[in-house]
Amino acid sequence: MNILVFVKRVPDTESRIRIRHETNSIIEDGLNFAASTYDEFAVEEALRLKEAKGGTVRVVCVGRDEALPVLRKCLAMGADEAFLVKDEAPETYDGLRTARVIARAVETKFAGADLLLFGKQAVGTDNGQVPSMVAELLGLPQANVVTRLEIEGNAGTALREIEGAAEKVVFSLPAVVSAQKGLNEPRYETLKGIMAAKKKEIPVIKLEDLGLAAGDLEPQIVITGLDVPPERKAGKILQGDPAETARGLAALLHNEAKVV
Amino acid sequence: MIAVFMETRDGKIKKSSLEALAEAGRRAGELHVGTAAVLVGAAGGGTAGLEACGPDRIFCLEHPALAAYSSQGFAKALRDFVGETGPAALFFAATAMGRDLAPRVAAGLGAGLASDCTKIAVKNGGLEFTRPVYAGKAYLSFTVRSTPVVATLRPNVFPLDAPPAGAAPEVVRKSVDIPDGLIKGRVAEVLKEESSEIDVTEADVVISGGRGLKGPENFGLLRDLAALIPRAAVGASRSAVDSGWIGHQHQVGQTGKTVSPNLYLAVGISGAIQHLAGMSSSKVIAAVNKDPEAPIFKVADYGVVGDLFEVIPRLKEELKKVLAE
Repeated sequence: MNILVFVKRVPDTESRIRIRHETNSIIEDGLNFAASTYDEFAVEEALRLKEAKGGTVRVVCVGRDEALPVLRKCLAMGADEAFLVKDEAPETYDGLRTARVIARAVETKFAGADLLLFGKQAVGTDNGQVPSMVAELLGLPQANVVTRLEIEGNAGTALREIEGAAEKVVFSLPAVVSAQKGLNEPRYETLKGIMAAKKKEIPVIKLEDLGLAAGDLEPQIVITGLDVPPERKAGKILQGDPAETARGLAALLHNEAKVV
Repeated sequence: MIAVFMETRDGKIKKSSLEALAEAGRRAGELHVGTAAVLVGAAGGGTAGLEACGPDRIFCLEHPALAAYSSQGFAKALRDFVGETGPAALFFAATAMGRDLAPRVAAGLGAGLASDCTKIAVKNGGLEFTRPVYAGKAYLSFTVRSTPVVATLRPNVFPLDAPPAGAAPEVVRKSVDIPDGLIKGRVAEVLKEESSEIDVTEADVVISGGRGLKGPENFGLLRDLAALIPRAAVGASRSAVDSGWIGHQHQVGQTGKTVSPNLYLAVGISGAIQHLAGMSSSKVIAAVNKDPEAPIFKVADYGVVGDLFEVIPRLKEELKKVLAE
């Protein structure tokens, strides 16, 4: 199987977000960056499929040079090759722009892939747009938010999480699949893997070489503001006898807040 | 016109789709345009109940192959519909289906997509969207260049107010052209969870447990409490899920679900930043924790400092009393 995995470099989930209002962007100084959590499930699933069925795992990131360590980590986990599609643009929060870059990259540089794996959304932009958009642009079926994946010959079966239930999606390959937590437990890199990854070259693909149409890189999203939410005010705190505090809380929820 | 995709489950229109239709009605009123409710499915699907929700028109996009959900089939139906009717905007509820389908439709149209919006305003004759990013640690506001603009609206955020009593909407049935071989993936089966619990993203009340519960068996305390309250669901912190005490579908927070219920009750949850991100847009937050310094108390409207094993059973009895009134 020829598997492509797409990863993104994002601020880690413990980050406290501060805003630079002049540019409507987050302040990156002092933040730790890592591969988006869900992307790690995608990489792990690709490695397991390769172990079971043979083939190759290639990892692709669209981003700046700062994303190279993220790709290096994927190599250390066991990916065969990694590629950076170099895009210097600041965060656009625009899924269609990224999807067009990826779809064109697949067509021009990675033709013949059987499976395109993504995280269900990037931690941060939280759009969850890119996998479905890439599937549409390439005319492929999709299974998103997947917690179980089975590939048999030229067909796949996936369980995807929906409200209070799971959907069993059947599809033909090639296909787009996006990973949800629960799909697997990502492995740690081994020392041997880390050493081997250091020696591997990570080819850089230029946006100009993808044959993008005029306007494809123009975001559809025009940012008008980026703000942290107003701080919630600390409320009423009840302490003491559990019977009293329980009665007090029930009364506040029922009579004052009117939420039960 | 603002068109709204109406999602059905077991033949019933989802509440979150009606919320999106209500919001479309309010914004369309400001823009002096009409609204349309759009159903996709096999021929002859019902529109029961929808007439009363105030759309100007109801479109039923029909083909036998659309009896089961497939992103490719449904996207083709909606793309053709947009091509024929030219709406200014197409809204979806940001449900599992809406999140799966809307990007596919938007990409096919070359349109920008506003995902998981929590506020929509009219500005300079167009729509301005606001949505949480970084799991609610920040809010992004933006406009979208394309016509139409496609948007998904977060469930449980937009009010369902009573629509104005107007003329009965016109119902238009259209047959969709689905070429052979277009649909390469489809839903074969829906596997329901054994319990018919409501999903945390759709619940009016979410009662979540964390490490303080000490073990999987004690989630029973929260389930008992939830059973008393209409439209209540049980949630969990990441540490409870990672310990295997409860399934991941219950996880609230940055690597779980983001929820906006009327009441979020955090039980034995200290309030790590990733957890707060997933629930801080709740309308009312209450917390029970034995540690008075727990960060959850900084965001809670009501806090009880105490042992949850003493407080929760008593809270259940007290709620029984007030609910019986």
